[in-house]
Amino acid sequence: MRREPARTLSDHLPVIFPALMLLVFFVIPFGIMIAVSFFQREQGGFYTPDFVLSNYARFLSSFFGGVLSFSLLLAMAVAVCCVVLAFPFTYFLTCRTRRVQIAWLVGLLSVLSLSEVIIGFAWSTLFSRTAGISNLFVALGLMEQPTALLPGFGAVLTGMVYQALPYTILVLYPALVRLEPTLLEASRTLGASPLRGFFDIVIPALRNTIVATLIMVFVFALGSYLLPQILGRPQHWTLSVLITDQAIYQSNMPFAAAMAVFLVLISLALVGLTLLVGGRKDLTA
Amino acid sequence: MNKRIAKSGISRRTLMAAGLAGAGALGAGVLAMPTVLRAQERSLKVGVYGGYFKDSFDKHIFPAFTEASGIAVESVAEPTGEAWLVQLEQAAKAGRAPADISMMSQVAMLKGQSTNLWTPLDLARIPNAGNLVDQFVNKYPDGRIAGIGAVAWYITLVSNTESFAAAPDSWAALWDPANKDKLGLLALVSNSFLLEVTAKTFMGGTDALDSEEGLLKAFDKLAEVKPNVRLWYRDEAQFEQALKTGEIPMGQYYHDVTGLAAADGHPVRSTFPKEGGILDSGCWALSRASAKTDEAHIFIDYMSQPAIQAEMSRKVGTAPTVKRELLDLSDDEFASVSSEIDPIIPRYDLYQTKSDWLNQKWTELIVG
Repeated sequence: MRREPARTLSDHLPVIFPALMLLVFFVIPFGIMIAVSFFQREQGGFYTPDFVLSNYARFLSSFFGGVLSFSLLLAMAVAVCCVVLAFPFTYFLTCRTRRVQIAWLVGLLSVLSLSEVIIGFAWSTLFSRTAGISNLFVALGLMEQPTALLPGFGAVLTGMVYQALPYTILVLYPALVRLEPTLLEASRTLGASPLRGFFDIVIPALRNTIVATLIMVFVFALGSYLLPQILGRPQHWTLSVLITDQAIYQSNMPFAAAMAVFLVLISLALVGLTLLVGGRKDLTA
Repeated sequence: MNKRIAKSGISRRTLMAAGLAGAGALGAGVLAMPTVLRAQERSLKVGVYGGYFKDSFDKHIFPAFTEASGIAVESVAEPTGEAWLVQLEQAAKAGRAPADISMMSQVAMLKGQSTNLWTPLDLARIPNAGNLVDQFVNKYPDGRIAGIGAVAWYITLVSNTESFAAAPDSWAALWDPANKDKLGLLALVSNSFLLEVTAKTFMGGTDALDSEEGLLKAFDKLAEVKPNVRLWYRDEAQFEQALKTGEIPMGQYYHDVTGLAAADGHPVRSTFPKEGGILDSGCWALSRASAKTDEAHIFIDYMSQPAIQAEMSRKVGTAPTVKRELLDLSDDEFASVSSEIDPIIPRYDLYQTKSDWLNQKWTELIVG
């Protein structure tokens, strides 16, 4: 199918509306945030328009470096866990009947209706000593006495993977559904086991989809600030938690803006790097 | 619906505020709407901490004020901490007031002063302000009145009665190695006031925090508490729930709310340690973007009456800001909201002059 280049105003119209929305609700606020990040902080007050670099200077310390690294590693861990869990699940889902697929997809969509707050509090109850799942293990004779499974890194990771998994599956689903079944049939005819077919055929064929999904989940997880607070200890707080502290509780907008700009730049750089590496492989393949 | 609004002549701003209240908390929206529809010419939007606090005011305090003054009160649920201050300031820059009068904590009062957010109040129009204990009148550096004490509250040592048969009697219990991984403490330097607690408990008083050296010593001592802390909370509900179930059996919390939970039959208690509870307070403050100066003065004057202050102690559980001898509270009633033990008064000045330094040190302490 060949696409005609847009010529008249009405051809451009469908693009103008989203572009305008993007400008008003993303580009302009982001621009304001960049501007504020250079403003002068007034201690014990708010800020005055200025051009200073002190907000960025304050961020460049080993302390904030540590928090930033943790946030990035946590987001990567969430992305990898989600894709590792969701990919086989989605693959097997696409092999089921249409009715089963729809039931699962509706169920997954309904999970998306839960807010971060509800997910956080639900998991904190599930992981608690007094009412949590460890009581179930005790009843089954698997454990001596109930223990609290939070706060901790495992609890944070579980909560965040739970939150991001439906998105992951919904992003992978269209690509997996469209996967040519003849590819696998051919591999089976040539004597490959189903497992080998999955690893040697399905995964390489969908490499770009997998990379795109990883990036999406990574970016999604990077912004999380409630679950690390509810399920983790202070050392598991992400940079987003500290940004919120500065913006809301310290009324230090310039520093909060500087941290946010830094976080966006770092994640953009990482996404760019991933695409660059992925792009090279495409050329050599 | 549209017709009723048009008839009663509600301004766009009132509607937006009602929407705001509704967005802030579903309960707030439901409670605020009937008030909006009934509003006559005179009304006042009053911000109070959302949840149990606001519900109590809506039920026990505001209706009587409307009856006495003819001014309808539309209460707005404000978030705890300084989040509301940021919202008020941003709105005032745009010439809007999400609430005319707000109950503000002392740290927020001082921060608001720096941008002249609070309309100076005229004491001549608030005769009842003379009833107040002096420390509860908040003044600008040049002597103008920024806010009038609304209520006071204590942050005390709380514990679960099933986990701790005997009540702890000193803040030093927070440092006890036997309490490893059992505490819930407030997450911010400017609302936990744990530096003051450390200074009063181990360093002879909060004057020890005058110098940077003293502050660093307090931070060092406070670092020893870290292994005992299970939860550093920003959200009160998070700790309250865990305290009730015994999941986190000890910590610092608000005396009023803990008393209410105990009255409801939960196994919790609030203890005034021998070093004293932390005494914090909220002021009524008027946003500079508000045009309701007259109504605001009437409101503040009404709330400063000894009878109303006593009513708030009985119904809301707050400590009065009015002098003890003017109140008709019985000794038992007074003891349930306050204590004779010399309280720990937060060093509000530090959170203004050294706020960024303190915040940085604090964050490094608990996160690092």
